[in-house]
Amino acid sequence: MNLISMEGITKTFGRVVANKEIRFQVKHGEIHALLGENGAGKSTLVNMLSGIYTPDSGSIFIRGKAVKLTSPRAALHAGIGMIHQHFKLVEVMTAKENILLGQKSSFFIRDEQLTQKIKEFSHRFQLDVDPNKKVYDMSVGEKQTLEILKVLYRGANILILDEPTAVLTPQETQKLFQIMLKMKEEGCAVIFITHKMNEVLAISDRITVLRKGETVKTVNTGETTTQELAELMVGHPVNLAIKREEATPGKVLLEVKDLIVESEERVKALKGVSFSLAAGEILGVAGVAGSGQKELCEAIAGLYPVKSGEVFFKGENLVGLSPRQIITRGISMSFVPEDRLGMGLVASMDMVDNLILKEYQNQKGLLINRKPAAAKSKNIIQKLEISTPGIHHPIKELSGGNIQKVLLGRELDSNPDLLITAYPVRGLDINVSYKIYELINAEKKKGVAVLFIGEDLDVLLELCDRIMVLCGGEITGILAAKQATKEQLGLLMAGEKNGKREDTELA
Amino acid sequence: MLRMVKRAQMSKTKSTGIRLLAVFLALATAAILIMAMNLNPLEVYGGLFKGAFGSAYRVREVIIKATSLIITSLGIAIAFKMQFWNIGGEGQILMGAFAASCLALNIPDLSRPLLLVLMIIAGMIGGGLWALIPAFFRAQWKTNETIVTLMMNYIALKWVMYLQYGPWKDPLALGFPKIPNFTLNGILPKVLGMHIGWIFAIILVFLVAIFLNHSKKGYEIAVLGESENTALYAGINVKRTIITAIFLSGALCGLTGMIQASALNNTLSIEVSEGIGYTAIITTWLGGLKPVFISLVSVLFAALLQGGSFIQIAFGIPQAAAQLLQGMILFFVLGSEFFIRYKLVVDRPSLGEAKEELEE
Amino acid sequence: MNTTAIVFFLEAAIVSGTPLLFATLGEIITERAGNLNLGVEGMMLMGAVSGFYIGLISQNPGLALLAAMVAGAAGALIYAVLTVSLRANQVVTGLALTIFGGGFSGFMGQRLVGEVAPESIKLAFKPFVVPVLGQIPFVGKIFFQQDFFVYLSYLTAILVGLYLYKTRIGLNLRAVGENPAAADAASISVSLYKYAHILLGGALCGLGGAYLSLVYVPAWQENVTAGRGWIAVALVIFATWNPYKALIGAYLFGGLDIIGFRIQGIGFPVSQYMIDMLPYLVTILVLVVVSLKKSQENSPPKGLGIAYFREER
Repeated sequence: MNLISMEGITKTFGRVVANKEIRFQVKHGEIHALLGENGAGKSTLVNMLSGIYTPDSGSIFIRGKAVKLTSPRAALHAGIGMIHQHFKLVEVMTAKENILLGQKSSFFIRDEQLTQKIKEFSHRFQLDVDPNKKVYDMSVGEKQTLEILKVLYRGANILILDEPTAVLTPQETQKLFQIMLKMKEEGCAVIFITHKMNEVLAISDRITVLRKGETVKTVNTGETTTQELAELMVGHPVNLAIKREEATPGKVLLEVKDLIVESEERVKALKGVSFSLAAGEILGVAGVAGSGQKELCEAIAGLYPVKSGEVFFKGENLVGLSPRQIITRGISMSFVPEDRLGMGLVASMDMVDNLILKEYQNQKGLLINRKPAAAKSKNIIQKLEISTPGIHHPIKELSGGNIQKVLLGRELDSNPDLLITAYPVRGLDINVSYKIYELINAEKKKGVAVLFIGEDLDVLLELCDRIMVLCGGEITGILAAKQATKEQLGLLMAGEKNGKREDTELA
Repeated sequence: MLRMVKRAQMSKTKSTGIRLLAVFLALATAAILIMAMNLNPLEVYGGLFKGAFGSAYRVREVIIKATSLIITSLGIAIAFKMQFWNIGGEGQILMGAFAASCLALNIPDLSRPLLLVLMIIAGMIGGGLWALIPAFFRAQWKTNETIVTLMMNYIALKWVMYLQYGPWKDPLALGFPKIPNFTLNGILPKVLGMHIGWIFAIILVFLVAIFLNHSKKGYEIAVLGESENTALYAGINVKRTIITAIFLSGALCGLTGMIQASALNNTLSIEVSEGIGYTAIITTWLGGLKPVFISLVSVLFAALLQGGSFIQIAFGIPQAAAQLLQGMILFFVLGSEFFIRYKLVVDRPSLGEAKEELEE
Repeated sequence: MNTTAIVFFLEAAIVSGTPLLFATLGEIITERAGNLNLGVEGMMLMGAVSGFYIGLISQNPGLALLAAMVAGAAGALIYAVLTVSLRANQVVTGLALTIFGGGFSGFMGQRLVGEVAPESIKLAFKPFVVPVLGQIPFVGKIFFQQDFFVYLSYLTAILVGLYLYKTRIGLNLRAVGENPAAADAASISVSLYKYAHILLGGALCGLGGAYLSLVYVPAWQENVTAGRGWIAVALVIFATWNPYKALIGAYLFGGLDIIGFRIQGIGFPVSQYMIDMLPYLVTILVLVVVSLKKSQENSPPKGLGIAYFREER
C-alpha cells in the first residue's frame, strides 16, 4: 500500500494552472525526489500536502484513507512535516522557542523540561542544535537542521524538503543527505524537491518528474540517467553542454583593491577583497548564499557604502561616485534576489516604465517621453520570448521567469562595458537558462567584461574563464575554470584556503 | 467551506461598480442609524442632497468647500504616491495660513494683486517648510513620518492659538480672542460669485496629473514609493526626491491655508483648517491617488459636508454625523477593495470527503 | 520647588499618564500581533463616550467600564475585519477608524456636553490608600494613594508583560507578529490570534478613554482625548514594544502634559500654549532618537503592517 497517494489534483491561481490532474504516490521508507523545472508545479503540489494550499479538485489519501488537509495543523496531524525553502523560523527567538511555537502544553513556559526534551530528540536523530541560540545568530545549515528538528519534534514521519540544497555548500549538502538517510532508516518517508539532477541520482530511491503542472513519469532511480531526466523535464531532447566562447581577454577593465564594506550593524560584509577583470572575460563568483556576493555587486554599483579600498574602472576610482554616475560610466548591475522582485524592477509598474528606469534621466526636459521605450518593450518581448498580455500590464502579474527576462532584457539593451549579473537564471527553465548563457557569451565576445554570480557550480565551471570563491566576505581562492573541480570549489566555499581549514570567526 | 482565491485582473467597469456598491452599503448602514433616531432615512438623505444642491448658493458653497479639499488632496496624493503618510495636512494648512497672514497683516497697503501673489507664495512656502521637518527626519533617519506629521498638526494649532490669544489678538475686539481682519488687499477676488480658488483648483488638477504621470520627478516619486532599494539602484537621489515631493505636498496644503484665511476667514484663526487636512486623506485614498478621481470624490465629500450642516438644522442631527458617515463610507470602500482583488469560492465536497464521512 | 510639591507633581503625573498607559499597552498588544492600528485615538474616544454615557444612565461604575471596553473593542473589530480578513491597508484603515471614532463620540456625545459624571461613579473611582505600600514615604504618596483605575493600569502592565514573555500564548503571539508564515506553519491560527489581540488592544484603548471622561475630567467634553491616542502610538515605539517600558513612557508624558499648568502656577512667565506644545515636541524628539539607533531585539515586529495570506504568491 502507498503511504501517500494523490489522485487527479488540480490547482489554479487566477488564470495560471499550477497543477493539472496530478497523480503522485510515495511508499513507506523511501526517499522520493520530485523533479521539474521552475513553474512545473512542484512547490504547489507539496504545499497542498502540507496544508498551505487547498486543491481545487482531486483527492489525497494517506495510508489509504482519504484526508482533507486544510491547514498545516491538519497536515501535521496526518504526519506530514514540511521544510520550506524559505525557513519558517522566527529570527528573534531561540531554537527552543521556535520549537515550542504552536505546541499544546502548559500555560506558562517550562524551560528546563523543554530543553531536556529537545536534547534527547536531537541526540536520537543526530541533529546538532543549540536550544538557546537565537535564530539570527545561526548559519543557514543550522537553521535547516533546526527546521528538521522542529517538524520531527511535532511527530512528523513524512518529511517534505523543498529545494533544501539551494542554500548549502556541497559539504553541508552531504551532511543533509546523511540526515535524510537516517530518517529513512527510522522509517520515515522523505519527499525531496529539486531541479538538480545529480543530487536526485545520488540520494533518491524513486523520481517523479513534473512538467508544466502535469505528472510526466515516475521512474526508479537506478534505471535512469541525467539525459533521460532532462528530457522528461523539458519535454524534448536537450543539449546540456554550455559552449565556452574562446576569446582572448583584452586589457583589465575592473580592478578591485582591498575592498572592505560594513553593514549598518557594523558587521564587515567584505573583508578586504581584491581581484581584477578584463574585457572579454567572464569571472564567475561562487559561494554559499550570503557570503558577500550581494555586497560586492552593490559596492561596485555604488549602492553599498565602502569603508575602505578602491574600485578602479578603466583607471578611474568609482568609490564615492553616485549610482547614477556609475551607470553612466557603462556599468550594468542586475541582481535577481530570491523573491525575484525587490531590486531592479518596480513590481506594480508596466514593462515600459520598468525599461525607462535607468535611462529616463538621459532624456532632456522635465517630462518623460515613453514612446521609444514602448517600441523597445515590443522588441525585447520578441527577442527574449516574454509572454505577457501586453506592454502595459503590471509586471508583478507575470510569471517569475518572464519578470526576470524583462530585467535582463533591459540590462543587455543598455550596451554596458561591464556587466554584473547575479543569479540571472534563478528559477528559469532549462531552455531559457541556456539562452541566457548564450547572451552572456555573446556579450563576452563583444569585449564586455562580465562578473557572473552564480549558484550552480557546474554552470560556473562551464561558462566562466575564472572562478572566484567568496566565503564570509573573503576571497578564499580564484581558480582557472578549465582546471578547477567541484570538490575544490566546495572546499573553498566552506572557507578552506589552500586546502587547509581556516579558523572561521564566529564574530 | 469558503476560501479566497486571487482574481485575474478585473475590468474597470466592474471594479467601479463594486466601489459604488460599497458606498451604497455605507449609506444603507447609516440609514439604520438614522432610523434608530426615529427619522426617515430617505428624507434625511433627500435633505442631504437638497442641502448640497438645492440652490445656486448651496452649489457655490459646495464648490468653495470642494476647492480647498481638492487642493489639499492633491498635495496629500503626492506624498501618498511616495508611500509617505502625510497626515499633517492640518498643520500645513495652518502654517500656510500663518505665513500668508504675516504679509497680509504687516504690509496691508501693498497693491492688491502683488500682495495676493506674495501671500500665495508665502502660504506655499509656509506649508512646504512645515512639511519639510518630518520629511527631513524621514530622509535622514527613516523616522516614522505618520506620527511626526500628526504631532506637527498639534504644534501648529497651539502656535496659532498662541498668536490668536496672545500677541496678535485684536485690541479692538473688546477682549474677544480674534486676530484683526485682513484689509481688502489681502482678500482673494471673486469669480462667478465664488472666490478665485476654484480656478486654481482646476488648473492644479491638471498640473498635478501631468506631474505625477509624465514628469521625471513624478516617476521618481512613484519608483521610490514602491521600493527605496530600486530607487537607489536606478540612481535616484532618494533624499532629494523625498524633500522635493514633501515640500510640494506641504506647499499645496499651505496654499489651501492661504485661501482659507484670505477668502473665507478673512484672517488667521484656529478655525482655518476646518479638518480639511483629515478629510483630504480620505478623498485622496478614495480617489485612488489619481487627480481627476480625487477631484470628483472631493466634490462629493464637499456636498456631504454642506448637506451635513443643512440636515443638522433641518433634522437636528449632530454635525458629527457627517464625520461618522465619512468614516463608514471609507470602511466600506476599504473593505470592497478585497472583492476586487480576490474572489470567494465555495468548496464543493469532493469524492474523498464524502468517502471519509461514510467511514466515520 | 520643595519636596512636597515634587511629590504632588509626580502623583499627578501618574494620574495624567494613566490613560496613555492603557492605550499604549493596548497598542503594544495589537502591534505584537503584527497590526499597526493607528485608530487608537478613535477607539479611546469611543470608549470615553460609551463609558460616560452608560455610567451616566446606569450610575454603575462596573457597567461603565464594561461599556468602554466593549466600545473600544467594537472599533477594533471593524479594524480587524478590514485588515485581517479583508486585507485592507492598515495605515488607511487606522486613520478611518480615528475619523469614525471622532464622529461617533461627537454624535453620541452631543447631548452629553456639560454633563458631569454621577456621584456614585466619582465615589467608586476616588483615590484610596493601599495598606502598607501607601505608607512608604514619598513612593507611597506617589504610587499607592491613587484611584482604582491607576491600580488597574499597574496590574495590566505587569500582566501584559508576563503574558508576552512568560506564557506559551504570548510566545505564539510574538511569532504571529514577527513571522506569520512561521506561526502558521507551526499550526498557530494567525487570524484568530490577530483578531483576539486587536480586540483586546481596542478594549484597553477604550478603558484609557473612559478614564479621561469618567475620572480625569470628570465630565463630558468634545474631543476629550486631545491627541493622546497618537501620543500612545508614539509611546509604543518609545517603549520598544515592551509593556514595562511603557510605564516609564506613559508617566513621562503624563508629567509633560501637566507641567504647563504647574509652571504657570509658580508664576513662571511663559504662555500656556507654548508649554502645551511640549508633549508633541517631545514625542517627535523621541521618535527621532529611537530612529537613530537600531538593533535586532528592539526593532518593531517584522510582520508589522503586512497582511498575511497563506496562499499569496
